[in-house]
Amino acid sequence: MKYAAPTSVEEAQSLLAGDADAKVFAGATDLVPQMRAGRPEPSIAIDLKKIDRLMALGDNGGSWTIGAATPTSSLTGNGAFSGDLPGLSYAAGLIGSDQIQNRSSLGGNLCNASPAADSVPAMVVNDARAVIAGADGTRTIPVADVVTGPGSTCLGDGEFLVEIEVDKPTANTSDAYLRMIPRTEMDIAVVGAAARVTLDDSGNCTAATIALGAVAPTVVRVPDAETALVGGPISDESLAAVAAAASAACNPIDDKRGTIAYRRQVAGVLAKRAVLQAAERVQNGGAA
Amino acid sequence: MTATEERPDYKYVGTRPIRHDGLDKVIGKARYAADLVLPGMLHGHILRSPHAHAKIVSIDTSAAEAMPGVKSVVTGADFPDLGAAPNGDLAKNVIARDKVLYEGHAVAAVAAGTRREAMDAANAIVVNYEVLGHSLTIDQTMSPDAEILHDGLITRGIEPAPTEASNIVARTCFERGDIDQAFAESDVIVEREFSTTPIHQGYIEPHACVADTGQDGKTVVWCSSQGHFRVRSATADVLGWDTSRVKVIPAEIGGGFGGKTTIYLEPLAVEMSARSGRPVKIVMTRDEVFRATGPTPGSKLKLKVGAKNDGTITGVKAWMAYENGAFPGNAAMLGCMTVVSPYTMEHMYLEGFDVVLNKPVNAAYRAPSAPMAAFAMDTLLDEVAENIGMDPIEIRLHNCPSEGDPAPYGPKWPTIGLKECLEAIRDSDHYKSPVPENAGRGIASGFWFNIGEASSATVNLNENGTATVVTGSPDIGGSRASMALMAAEELGLDVYSITPVVGDTEVVGFTDVTEGSRATFATGMAVVEACRDLKMQLRQRASTAWDCDVEEVEWVDGHAVHSPGDHEALSLAAITAAAKRTGGPLGATASLNARGAGPAFSTHVVDIAVDKETGQTQVLRYTTAQDAGTAIHPSYVEGQMQGGVVQGIGWALNEEYIHDADGRMENSSFLDYRIPVASDLPMIETIIVEVPNPSHPYGVRGVGEVGIVPPLAAIANAVHDATGLRMSDLPMSPPRILAALGEAVE
Amino acid sequence: MSRTHVICNINGDDVEFLCDDGESLLDALRDDVGLMGVKEGCGTGDCGACSVLMDGKLNCSCLILAPEANGTDLLTVEGMADGDHLHPLQQCFLEGAALQCGICTPGFLIAAKALLDQNPEPTETEVRYALAGNLCRCTGYDKIVRSVLEAAVQIRETV
Repeated sequence: MKYAAPTSVEEAQSLLAGDADAKVFAGATDLVPQMRAGRPEPSIAIDLKKIDRLMALGDNGGSWTIGAATPTSSLTGNGAFSGDLPGLSYAAGLIGSDQIQNRSSLGGNLCNASPAADSVPAMVVNDARAVIAGADGTRTIPVADVVTGPGSTCLGDGEFLVEIEVDKPTANTSDAYLRMIPRTEMDIAVVGAAARVTLDDSGNCTAATIALGAVAPTVVRVPDAETALVGGPISDESLAAVAAAASAACNPIDDKRGTIAYRRQVAGVLAKRAVLQAAERVQNGGAA
Repeated sequence: MTATEERPDYKYVGTRPIRHDGLDKVIGKARYAADLVLPGMLHGHILRSPHAHAKIVSIDTSAAEAMPGVKSVVTGADFPDLGAAPNGDLAKNVIARDKVLYEGHAVAAVAAGTRREAMDAANAIVVNYEVLGHSLTIDQTMSPDAEILHDGLITRGIEPAPTEASNIVARTCFERGDIDQAFAESDVIVEREFSTTPIHQGYIEPHACVADTGQDGKTVVWCSSQGHFRVRSATADVLGWDTSRVKVIPAEIGGGFGGKTTIYLEPLAVEMSARSGRPVKIVMTRDEVFRATGPTPGSKLKLKVGAKNDGTITGVKAWMAYENGAFPGNAAMLGCMTVVSPYTMEHMYLEGFDVVLNKPVNAAYRAPSAPMAAFAMDTLLDEVAENIGMDPIEIRLHNCPSEGDPAPYGPKWPTIGLKECLEAIRDSDHYKSPVPENAGRGIASGFWFNIGEASSATVNLNENGTATVVTGSPDIGGSRASMALMAAEELGLDVYSITPVVGDTEVVGFTDVTEGSRATFATGMAVVEACRDLKMQLRQRASTAWDCDVEEVEWVDGHAVHSPGDHEALSLAAITAAAKRTGGPLGATASLNARGAGPAFSTHVVDIAVDKETGQTQVLRYTTAQDAGTAIHPSYVEGQMQGGVVQGIGWALNEEYIHDADGRMENSSFLDYRIPVASDLPMIETIIVEVPNPSHPYGVRGVGEVGIVPPLAAIANAVHDATGLRMSDLPMSPPRILAALGEAVE
Repeated sequence: MSRTHVICNINGDDVEFLCDDGESLLDALRDDVGLMGVKEGCGTGDCGACSVLMDGKLNCSCLILAPEANGTDLLTVEGMADGDHLHPLQQCFLEGAALQCGICTPGFLIAAKALLDQNPEPTETEVRYALAGNLCRCTGYDKIVRSVLEAAVQIRETV
């Protein structure tokens, strides 16, 4: 294996294009232990962290651009970003310990394609876009379309993620993400739920997006829950409908981290709580 | 701290000096086994079984031997078959012979120039297995159609002896009175079935050793162990060597909790070192630690408790099956011996079954077998108290044994401090404070025997008036500091003028393993005895100098004092400075079998909040009271108490072994084997109860183990208080609690 | 396997070493540089015993490729003391009995330093969450958390 640290997207592209066994990495939190355990090594390990664009966090006025390798600690540590997208910032901050936070990235969390990735549901409810570089230049697709199944993405040979774009929320809109883990830290989500809601001045919900993690092969949007919310106030009734719709939308598995029944039940609970938290943020003027 | 009687006015004992080995540990200089590098050293890697149970049909190592950097490859065929001789099973656990008995069982080992070369070569070894049926649960392995692990295994303790082999190692029975009469006389009877999964000790340092075998046929082993003398004898046995060919040097040990009282790697490293003529280091990965080293067993327990309306326990009937792992052990016997110990009763019928199954072999873990037993007993006692409307502390005080009462496992209780622990919790700020809203409170007690065994110590006085205390007890939690404190108290020397060290197998007398909460008790006794010998020598030197009878010389605060007052006192330093001229260097050795280890008791109270929508628990407050006899270094007594509690919290709430249908462990990492992290916990409040052990010169009783016994039941009782649920299967993980709450959709 | 010549600064010293490109920084620090204070408890980023500061940021060295260290500033436990003068965290760990077996101690000290460098006045809860990536099986964390809080006070008082 050869280590390479290109300093431009183009240089990374040419390294990747020339070699089917080459792999890009950001945090390397999966790559290094796998190699140590004797798994096959890539021919070239391409470190994306020396490319400025992939390590950036840019405020474009109406949106944010987040480098694919930008450490999540840079997001949680950025007051403006966390103020605009408190749910996404919180989700990003949940990835691993403080040690991991200095290595983990939205790009790595997305491209690793774990069904349980914390930041992905939060990106999905915020309609985040993935900017992907390939031999023919870059393409931009919804983050929701990147992961195609556990461990697999739609990225083709020679392609890699460059950055994530997220629009800032419109007025009276905020987001939230909650997850269930058995401990308070260091676990992989058993269930994750993200919500973004928009309320009008009288507290009626005018738009809602809800997405669940760890309850299906990929992140699940819950349109029935969204429909249940829009057009009325956030009430016990609408929250119960959210919970029921979220539970119904799950397609979970039994595994070492949780059971089907548990995931279904808790998905409803967390979806409800995430909606409530997002709504409270709107009412508090978007503050975390 | 609760001082339960006037204690002597000690100058050093009971103080909190900085531990002597602490500095090296905070600057990164402490040397653990994996830190040792020798010239020409090779790296070993072990090939392990992917099957839970299989016959080894053939092993072909030729490809591995031809690989780059490979200097030695060994298999079970390279080690003697010890048969039924001591350590015969251990030898077969160190490296499999005709059969593998669990996933992770060592099959072959390679030594090569680098770790990677060794790993690649190990993966090139071709093993043909004939896969056999396997058992992963007590029910499976006790069933008549279970695949037999050991052909010759005939259950002990059954009359007449069975004629067919089974996976049941032994039946144990402790009986007193008439249990049927007890239940007939009871006003209330409660019974439940409980289950617990194996729990790993979870020390942060993986097993590691370096062996350097010379051409003289002797070997030196550096390793992470709780008992280097046992490493010496066990390694020699597995190799078929004379013990004197093996020297073991204890490295600093990165946690053990009982799990490092046996050996896994050492004979393999020694043999490969002998074959290659090079030192060999083997360090386990975390994955190997989980798959191949000792958990404490899983258990299935059925208990029935009878009581009268005034709270008197009439009797307990127990059926207790404990896993032993792949080779026979005595876990169920220990369960029977501990289950009812915190309580008096006229009638009991305790039946234990030890069973083998296709999991790693048990290793000791803090008060082995007692926590599961206490989980069952103290849960049911809580239920009795609830049924008759009695306070959970009061019912325990009502049934509390005192000195002279017969202990359930045989002897009469010596001086014990359970009553004082219960009273300390009853009178604690925690117990007197209201239970927080939406939370529950639980109480439980625990017992552990503590042991004495053999210890040796050598104390040498240096010419500058300092002392070196050499013992054979590896220090897993601060015992060097306690040895220094006892020596300081005896000699009247400042504690920092004493250098406590752990000697290797060739510089100090035989010493049993640091286990059974024995180091400060038993090895401390040897230190005190050697110091008292030295004090006599010091007085003799003074009497020679003063030309008086030695009876006229007293040893006071580090000085020889002439009681009639004719001479000015001589300091220890003055005597040692002149030692060469007055009869030679001053040193003393004591080797002893320590008798009278004081039993340990502990009572805990915990407040738990339960999120009824997710099943998640939160430990809000925890207080532990434990009888330490005399706390030599209170900080490290508290440390043992707090550490035991938190291990118990992990056991109660989230730790478990998860296997797939083929018997392969699915959660062999700290990611998914969930030991508590700092943010899971509150501070652990400690109350050190001191009921001195009359058998120890300073009243010490062991403190290392009993702290892990009460948490399982205390937490289960708190969960009950918060939710109304009686959780009888561990861990009480969120899915389990939510399912029990009956709120799961399916 | 390709090899990389790494030039970096470790604990204030300029250091060069040659590493395999696929080697972890943890292995390089221990095997190539000889800094044995960096411990391995898991090799998967779950225990924090291998914690180092890389350009001031807390990291698990078991998750970093050794060649990535080229051009960086690294701090390990061996570099925390100022000569014979212990860092307040080291002193408070000693006085507060915050260690038993000591294998996790280097990682805790580094993680705690990273916290206090960023947040000189943490609450108990903040300390607990900041140290959640460091496992200790001996102490139950109580004395570790207290010692970090005490060190924070001492550092604030001396500034």
